[in-house]
Amino acid sequence: MGALLVLVAIVGPSAAPFDPAAAVAPQLAEPMPPAAPFYLGTDDLGRDVLSRLLCGARISLLVGAVAMVVTMVIGTAIGIAAGYFGGVVDVVLMRATDVMLAFPGLLLAVALVAVLRPSVWTIFVVIGLVSWTGVARVIRSEVLSLRERDFVLAARALGARDRRTLWRHVLPNVLPTIVVIAALSTSGTILLDAGLSFLGIGVPPPTPTWGRMIQEATSYYRAAPWLMLFPGAALLYAVLTFNFIAYGLLGGTRAPSA
Amino acid sequence: MRYLIGRLVWSLIILLGTTWITFAIVFLVPGDPARVVAGPRADAATIASIRRELALDLPMRVQYARYLGRVLHGDLGRSYATRQPVTDILIRRLPATALLAAAGLLVAIAIGLAGGLVTAPLAGTWVDRAALVGSLAVLSAPVFWLGLLALYYVGYRWRLLPLGGAGDLRHLILPALVLGTGSGVYYARLLHTNLVAVLGEDYIRAARARGNSRLRTVAVHALRNASLPLLTVVGLDFASLLNGVVLTETVFHWPGLGRLAFDAVLNLDVPVIMGTVLLSAILVVATNLTVDVLYRVVDPRIRLG
Repeated sequence: MGALLVLVAIVGPSAAPFDPAAAVAPQLAEPMPPAAPFYLGTDDLGRDVLSRLLCGARISLLVGAVAMVVTMVIGTAIGIAAGYFGGVVDVVLMRATDVMLAFPGLLLAVALVAVLRPSVWTIFVVIGLVSWTGVARVIRSEVLSLRERDFVLAARALGARDRRTLWRHVLPNVLPTIVVIAALSTSGTILLDAGLSFLGIGVPPPTPTWGRMIQEATSYYRAAPWLMLFPGAALLYAVLTFNFIAYGLLGGTRAPSA
Repeated sequence: MRYLIGRLVWSLIILLGTTWITFAIVFLVPGDPARVVAGPRADAATIASIRRELALDLPMRVQYARYLGRVLHGDLGRSYATRQPVTDILIRRLPATALLAAAGLLVAIAIGLAGGLVTAPLAGTWVDRAALVGSLAVLSAPVFWLGLLALYYVGYRWRLLPLGGAGDLRHLILPALVLGTGSGVYYARLLHTNLVAVLGEDYIRAARARGNSRLRTVAVHALRNASLPLLTVVGLDFASLLNGVVLTETVFHWPGLGRLAFDAVLNLDVPVIMGTVLLSAILVVATNLTVDVLYRVVDPRIRLG
């Protein structure tokens, strides 16, 4: 599943049969149902849905991946700092996390995007800013238990500085957890990005993202259901892939929390 | 009692934090709210006087202090776009959203209970594995896409229910189902995990040995203990339910707070944004506080200190 996703993201745009931004359908006024050579139909502007879908793969997955990295960096840094240093640092950071948790993430993201003006970079940062809280909490509890383990105590007893202890002893041991949450949070960031695009404030046009393809299709959902069906299925496939990866890494023991 | 006061104080601090963050974000808006209020044809003098009237020329911390003072008096300012008091707008929109959120939560809990109860005794069988894959698929689907699919098939092709808008109960069914399904599937998996753990306990074996039927054992003895942790999750999940509300309201043209907030952001209507975000934060904090207290009432092992 994952291999196909990566393949599409890499070769997608060059494999597209038509120019995703050009009106290629013989009949421009209204969408045409799927029929050769437009295997997934065309939209209201006469553009080929399959080509747009293939081009959208790269940007949708790129946003998901980069936003995930931002999420993980913020979440891991705050989680490790809170768990390792404890005391006042822990209280302050965890209360800040609680404040962020009180916001419905999507609303906050909508407000932030409006302030910062939509661009690909804004989307990366905003999604990261609103979704790090869960990561921070999990990493913190992990570090809390690591801190009391013998090898960390030994390292500190031997005079290792905090920085060395953190990099050499703490971080490598939370790495397995980080990998699992990274997979989970990728599915979260892809969905959040799709939600923003659907509200019309995601990655700006003309880049065809799957979320905006669905948004553009809403006015035609009765006459041309294929316009929303295929991008939605693509999103489902991508998110499901990352959920399966996370679930597989967990060994199928815990419930997913995407 | 002391525990209760402690929790209350923390909740207030969290709320204060949320007002500060929203205020800071909105303060950084590159667009000029005074120009938005004045309209496209206003001259510089009008804009300047509006800026003074709305106190937009004062330093950020003064504006924030004033804002906070007014909030404590229940005054959230007036909408830049319609000049109506924000409190009135919020009160007018709240019932629709509260109804949708409550119905969605009900659907979620119903799906959670049913799903957990049915799959837990079947743990390890193919039914259980199929349910797992199915629930992962539902969790992976964008909620607005599910909404459109529901509208297309149930509303348009089969003509069973209205195509969006608000009105009688029939308008509520589809949005509530779409909103509640994701959370419901998530609750079902959690309940499943908890039930499987609880079913191995001695008191379950004892209940079976006393001649209770399998169904009664699971539904009465196991469920009570397995559903407790779920309570906390329902509280924590409430914020993500509100996320779903924004998207669901958009898809179904439901006249609630989610749609209001979105329109306000597009219009740079600062007081309305602040009001909506503050209200949703209050709802989330209040839900979590209730759940925490409830948890201690339901579970006698955790004493209310």
